[in-house]
Amino acid sequence: MRRLSLGWTFLRVGALNELQYRVNFFLSLVQSVVAVGTALVVLGLVFSHTDSLGGWSSDELLVIMGVYVLMGGVIRSLVQPNMQQLMQDVQEGTLDYVLTKPEDAQLLVSVRRFGLWQAVDIVVGLLLVAVALVRLDDPVSVLAVLAFVVALLLGALDIYCFWLILTTSAFIVVRVDFLIELFEGMYQAGRWPVTIYPGWLRIGFTFLVPLAFAVTVPASALTGRLSGWLLLGAVAFTVGLLALTRWVWRQGLRRYAGASA
Amino acid sequence: MTAVREPRRRLRGLPGLYAVLMRTAVQVQLQYRTANYAYMLGMIAEPVIYLVVWSSVARSQGGAVEGITVGEFAAYYIVWTLVRNMNIVFTPYGWEQRIRQGELSGMLVRPVHPIHYDLAYFAGWKFVVILLWLPIAAGLALIFRPTFDVSVLEAGIFLIAIWGAYLIRSMLLWVLGMVTFWTTRVSALYDMYFTAELLLSGRLLPLALLPAWAVTLADVLPFKYTFGYPIEVIAGDLSTRELFVGLGMQALWVGLGALLVAVVWRVGVRRYSAVGN
Repeated sequence: MRRLSLGWTFLRVGALNELQYRVNFFLSLVQSVVAVGTALVVLGLVFSHTDSLGGWSSDELLVIMGVYVLMGGVIRSLVQPNMQQLMQDVQEGTLDYVLTKPEDAQLLVSVRRFGLWQAVDIVVGLLLVAVALVRLDDPVSVLAVLAFVVALLLGALDIYCFWLILTTSAFIVVRVDFLIELFEGMYQAGRWPVTIYPGWLRIGFTFLVPLAFAVTVPASALTGRLSGWLLLGAVAFTVGLLALTRWVWRQGLRRYAGASA
Repeated sequence: MTAVREPRRRLRGLPGLYAVLMRTAVQVQLQYRTANYAYMLGMIAEPVIYLVVWSSVARSQGGAVEGITVGEFAAYYIVWTLVRNMNIVFTPYGWEQRIRQGELSGMLVRPVHPIHYDLAYFAGWKFVVILLWLPIAAGLALIFRPTFDVSVLEAGIFLIAIWGAYLIRSMLLWVLGMVTFWTTRVSALYDMYFTAELLLSGRLLPLALLPAWAVTLADVLPFKYTFGYPIEVIAGDLSTRELFVGLGMQALWVGLGALLVAVVWRVGVRRYSAVGN
């Protein structure tokens, strides 16, 4: 409980910090609109040549795109700023200040930053999902919405774990800023259902970079493709990944040499 | 008496400057080969995604979209990776730093136009990039099985066209970057430019897949000649006439780009003192 309120405090301070720079809201909004507009054009072009892609219709793919934009907002506002700060702290030795605090270090490095304006994408993504559902005109049960929310949370946790494991490699190789580019490149793949990728890539996008759990599974919940077993599998995967992340983080921390290094 | 050895003959003037700058770029960038490689690998995700999407559309349509087969899509997006790398030039976002931190001041006192430094440096870098690209292309070819049908003429034109693409994009982005002389609120403008480029250059998809009006639009805009045209020279099915018309259009845009750079630079640099330090 104390940890939750700690996270909440950090979130509030982060938001207050960002509120100083209100023009950035419009910049984020313009960027978001341009990105979504481009994505819609692409979707239109693809579906001008076919009626379905890997078994998904154009409106169903709109659900995927909405979840993709939403999850992108979660990453850019909650996950990435923290991980970038962590990379910088490891490189410069300033992680000392975190480690000396009387609270779990993994928790602290995960909640220090919050990009308020980047969260615009969360709203835009939700809107897209809503529009897609109206167009699909297929009643969505309360159970499906619940499954969607659970799947989203699990997906966000998976992405967080993936990022933290990547960032922990900074303890070993120090300069890891290129990882951000690498991740952004790979995240693009989440725009499309992972089922269209050839076998080896699909496995990679499911278990190595957990795009399947982050985007395709939540979208499946809303389009009637998600079985209880798959959701249970997502839970098991996330629990396993959280444990692995904890272990990798501990290993990495041991290697941390501090500011004097 | 000892024989005085003739000093090695060096190029003089502008060609000499280019030779030195390009050599420097090669040496500098070879030091950062790991970073260069990581960057190039990250870049592969984009064409691979497009390739998978269009291959799966082609399969659902009985093997081809608008006459482009799965193997031809593979060829297109593999050549894409090289052309994309040739397309990397000094970023317009870099102008803010150049102006704000007064980096331009140093360039202004030199006796040649500052664009030559960028053109030469990035051109030298390309040689490192092409070297690093070869194994990536081989790997992609093994995985995605492209179909190529390349004549000697096409290969020759391709070698010219990728440098034409490099020159055009260098100059256009230079002009775009120089907008920073007038205002620093440029991100929305750049976003729109790059979106137009993405859709109308052939970067996102082969231009033949666009609706007819967009194809016509792409023909008269410069974007196609920096991306789609060079790719289609060896991965597409252009007639001899189309091959040479493309080269002609590239020459035209190189000329126009040079003119724009010259004019905008002359007007813009007058405003520089106001921002400089």
